[in-house]
Amino acid sequence: MTHFHFHDPYQPLDSPVHRLDPRVKLVLALGFILTATLLPAGAWLSYALMGAAAWTGAHLSGLGIRRVLRRSMLALPFVLAALPVIFTAPGPSWFTFPLGPWQVSVRGEGVIRFLSVLLKSWLSMQIAVILVGTTAFPDLLTAMRAIGVPRFLVMTFGLMWRYLFLLVDEALRMLRAREARSVAPEIPGRRVGGTLAWRARVTGQMVGTLFLRTLERGERIYMAMVARGYDGEVRMLSMPSLSYRDLAPLIGGLLVLLGALLLGWMF
Amino acid sequence: MHIPDGFLSPSVALPLWGVSAGVSGYALRRVSRELAEHETPVIGVVAAGIFAAQMLNFPIAGGTSGHLIGTALATLLFGPWVAILIMTCVLSIQALVFQDGGLIALGANIFNMGVLGALVAYAVDQTLRGLFGGRRWTRPAAAFLAGWAAVVMGALATGLELALSGLAPANVVLPAMGGIHALIGVVEGLITMSAAAFLATVRRELVAERPVAGRIPLWIAGLAMTLILTLLAPIASSDPDGLERVAEDLGFIQAARPSPLSLLPDYAIPGLPNPALATILAGVLGALLVFGLVMALWLGRRARRSEKASR
Repeated sequence: MTHFHFHDPYQPLDSPVHRLDPRVKLVLALGFILTATLLPAGAWLSYALMGAAAWTGAHLSGLGIRRVLRRSMLALPFVLAALPVIFTAPGPSWFTFPLGPWQVSVRGEGVIRFLSVLLKSWLSMQIAVILVGTTAFPDLLTAMRAIGVPRFLVMTFGLMWRYLFLLVDEALRMLRAREARSVAPEIPGRRVGGTLAWRARVTGQMVGTLFLRTLERGERIYMAMVARGYDGEVRMLSMPSLSYRDLAPLIGGLLVLLGALLLGWMF
Repeated sequence: MHIPDGFLSPSVALPLWGVSAGVSGYALRRVSRELAEHETPVIGVVAAGIFAAQMLNFPIAGGTSGHLIGTALATLLFGPWVAILIMTCVLSIQALVFQDGGLIALGANIFNMGVLGALVAYAVDQTLRGLFGGRRWTRPAAAFLAGWAAVVMGALATGLELALSGLAPANVVLPAMGGIHALIGVVEGLITMSAAAFLATVRRELVAERPVAGRIPLWIAGLAMTLILTLLAPIASSDPDGLERVAEDLGFIQAARPSPLSLLPDYAIPGLPNPALATILAGVLGALLVFGLVMALWLGRRARRSEKASR
């Protein structure tokens, strides 16, 4: 159901996109995805314009279009959820074919809607991949703070990020330990041991153990923070005001998005 | 269940963003008022722990495996508001950094898995423990059902959102989502149950401390949402106009007319395989849930009355 990638997606390169102010990048990325959401179905010209913008970004960022495209394929399985629209949209049908006892008709309107969802989702993914690929997480945090995400949430994101990989490693070690002690479930054709309820119980105990360790670690971290002067208040470095060098891409990007939006709704 | 960007129409995604932001904001205020200040850094670490715990999977059959989402477990341990906050953090990081779920769709995802999940889990746990307080099987059963219901309700909400976005007719997507997640929910329920049981043995104070029913309005809210969703499911499924009628009643069908931003579709009768079966499935699922909840409410009232009488 879910896919995890255990590595920090940030690529420490030097590129114009990397050097861009994180606030500008965050606003542009959110604006891009919002624009994609607001575009009507079948606005092919707008999709093309946004695709061109995304690929320019991918190219300039040094991440490479290939890598961005590969990472952005992740959401595609979800497209299954949109598949029915091909057959159920209103409007005349293109052709009808028998499927078992039923007659299924492919409808033009449905195909347009389906492809639109596919493209919008894919474009949004690409921009998100570029954003996290070119912005270090601490910068992302300051940018979030700058656009008004509550301080407490930003602090919690920060703490989460700090301990995420540690705890993921812990979870992976537990999985490895379980695998070493019982038959590895990945071996094809081999029956997995125990009943379903038993396996679930073992997993539940692993979750409980991980949880306890996490909680205790959290308490220790708090003690350490207090020992170093934490008083419940979070202080963050303020960001310098935006320079002209950053304003140009911001305004340019927003204009492109506005153009795509107008193009989509006018034609 | 993590909806990517591009799937939801703006008339669905943006209001849900507002709702989730509002509820998370409220949870935030409430938690920072109620918790001892020292627990706030712990929340971040626990959120990371939930993220990691979602990786602990176990094989079911035929190459598929199940894993935990964790909303119900967090609710059982910390109460609904902290759980909502934790899930908001987990889902935000998943969307922002790992592209697991979209950013504009984040509001919907937080609503489905965080807000709804926590309130439903809380309602189920409170109801069951309020009814059958002292018995040995109460806690495990409540934990199991809380986990199950949180997943199924989240899935139904996801289905409704996809249907309202015009991607799939409600009578296809609701039974499909409900049916699959009725099974996935069993996994969530089993893991939640055994994790809670484990924690109850090892650190009794963690699980045992949460008393039954402080604030009735909250679990009534959870119950109400559960009921609305389960009622919506059969209505939307059995009668293509049903969802639209509800939409009309709620007043957001106007938004669907000429306004350029809304894409609320017409629910044409689909030419898809066997709508009758789909309808029946959704109906049965909804009816079972509603029946169970109504029974629970009724029993609860009776139990309380007899308790008063015995005093």
